[in-house]
Amino acid sequence: MQSGEITIDSITKIEGTAGLEVKVVDGAVQDLKFIIKDYRRFYTHAVKGKPFAAVPSFLSRICGTCSVAHLFASLEAIEKSQGIELTEQTKLLRRLAYDGLMIRDHALHLYFFVLPDVLGIDSILDISEDAQDVGHILLHDSFDIKSVGSDITDVVIGAAIHAPYPAVGGFHKLPDPTLFPSLIEKLQKIRPQVIRGIKTFFDWKASLIRNADYMALRNEKSFDFLEGEIINSTGRKVPESEFHTFLKSVVIPYSQSEGYVFSDTHEDYFAGSLSRINLNLDLLRADTKASIAEYLTAFPSNNIYHNNLAQAIEILHCVDEALDILSSLHIEAEKPIKVPVRQGVGVGVIEAPRGILYHMADVDDAGRIRDYDVIVPTSQNQINIENDLKKFFGENLHRPKEELQRDAEKIIRAYDPCMSCATNFLKIAWIEQ
Amino acid sequence: MNSDVILSAKTPPTSQKKLVVGWFSFTCCEDSTILFTELLNKHFDTWRTLIEFRHLKVLKSNNELRDLDVAFIEGAISSQSQAEEVKNIRANAKYVVAIGSCACSGTPSSARNTFVSEELSDRIRWYLSHFDYSDKVKKLEDVITVDDKVNGCPMVTLMFLKVVNKYLRLFGVIPSEPQVQ
Repeated sequence: MQSGEITIDSITKIEGTAGLEVKVVDGAVQDLKFIIKDYRRFYTHAVKGKPFAAVPSFLSRICGTCSVAHLFASLEAIEKSQGIELTEQTKLLRRLAYDGLMIRDHALHLYFFVLPDVLGIDSILDISEDAQDVGHILLHDSFDIKSVGSDITDVVIGAAIHAPYPAVGGFHKLPDPTLFPSLIEKLQKIRPQVIRGIKTFFDWKASLIRNADYMALRNEKSFDFLEGEIINSTGRKVPESEFHTFLKSVVIPYSQSEGYVFSDTHEDYFAGSLSRINLNLDLLRADTKASIAEYLTAFPSNNIYHNNLAQAIEILHCVDEALDILSSLHIEAEKPIKVPVRQGVGVGVIEAPRGILYHMADVDDAGRIRDYDVIVPTSQNQINIENDLKKFFGENLHRPKEELQRDAEKIIRAYDPCMSCATNFLKIAWIEQ
Repeated sequence: MNSDVILSAKTPPTSQKKLVVGWFSFTCCEDSTILFTELLNKHFDTWRTLIEFRHLKVLKSNNELRDLDVAFIEGAISSQSQAEEVKNIRANAKYVVAIGSCACSGTPSSARNTFVSEELSDRIRWYLSHFDYSDKVKKLEDVITVDDKVNGCPMVTLMFLKVVNKYLRLFGVIPSEPQVQ
């Protein structure tokens, strides 16, 4: 392609709406825009003045697919603002529910969105009805895997989407332990299916290597999505409360979402499963590592497509952790922890399926929200995505336009971006590019 | 669960015709889209014999907006360009079903309708003026005629299955009387 434009008005098989515009002049990429198109809902402004107890459930509506991530990050931020210490049972139940979220959410992305790329077809709707066909087998694996993820969240927190049981300080309603054996049986059944998925994404030879900067939560005790310090690949480490100091926000005038770079180096970076596995590979469960040792040799990796493999590995980790918790947990009757309402600021940083997620709650002495802030992974990845695409187009302009368009969508899809999330926050600092 | 809303995997189509549907999302968290993908865990094999998903951006790249029997539309309408888009969908669909709370009632995506102008930050003002936001976020039937609604945040699964089966029967894809398993 010597000169011309490539426009993808709406990228498919992702959550939300995003587009891509590429302008090529004299055989070189002159301009490239990755455009997040979802309209903002300004929820962090909408919660101002609201009683804090109502906020986590409302903010779970930021995103359908990672609703539980926003719910838990918001609960953590508000609990820290009030000095609430959770019981060990509450922590374990949240871990268990989060395993359910990760299993379902990652499986949706890997099998419904990415698997057609692996198979060289447009859609899961095009997969053969032949039960022996590899696509058919993997797709039906995904139905089982996704169902188990949803079943766990249904039992533990009341629903997979906008869950009703979790409360500030604990749970409105505790799960029924008589339902645990059925979950254990289902988890044991899907384990080999999950490993088949890991092999599939390990064997997929797609590659794009550019950046080597990552950021993730790290808990020195275990592979953890909910607790830890923030680390990045340049060696910096800060507590959750200082997360915002890691970042510099960047206005992207054509996008409904701002982007982010590291505050010190001003370099773009990746947030998501690839970051977590690259930075926390040593912390994966022993039983998980033992089952997939050959596939772990891919890490550390700077291949963006290995985000898919990393997600598949995280599904197995979550299956094993959920089995562990369900087998040992004895539910005790507990009410949510209550403390006198106080003025305070709390930060909740957790690993959402797509990467590190920050909620900050500033609560007044009457328990109402004075200020609220959210930073989501897709906005953090926005500049990285754009720069990856610039590299891809710069090196492949000799190929047919249709192939370029198709592979550009594959690259974007590998990030598992979520535009619903990306357009529902307002960072406090306003820094012009 | 009501057997009326569950189609057996063995439910025979009454003809070769499939129900031609589109699924569209506007301003929302897409929770009903996610719930729809969860329903596919159970219904995929049956639905693909009965339904042609002609426009389904979340699952396919090759989408066509033409001659839809039913358009399922999730989300509220935030701008004139979205209003034009949804009118175009209406013009290409025999029936339109509003899916989920944002499409049916506008909330919670319409939260900004209650904002007090003087309290808005410069950043919010910048987004509202820089892009083509309309003054108010609207529910779907404020913009186009809606034939059915599936309420809920996310949509209520049983209501959705009933609506799907209603249109499968209406278009003669399955027998008019419910199949009892």
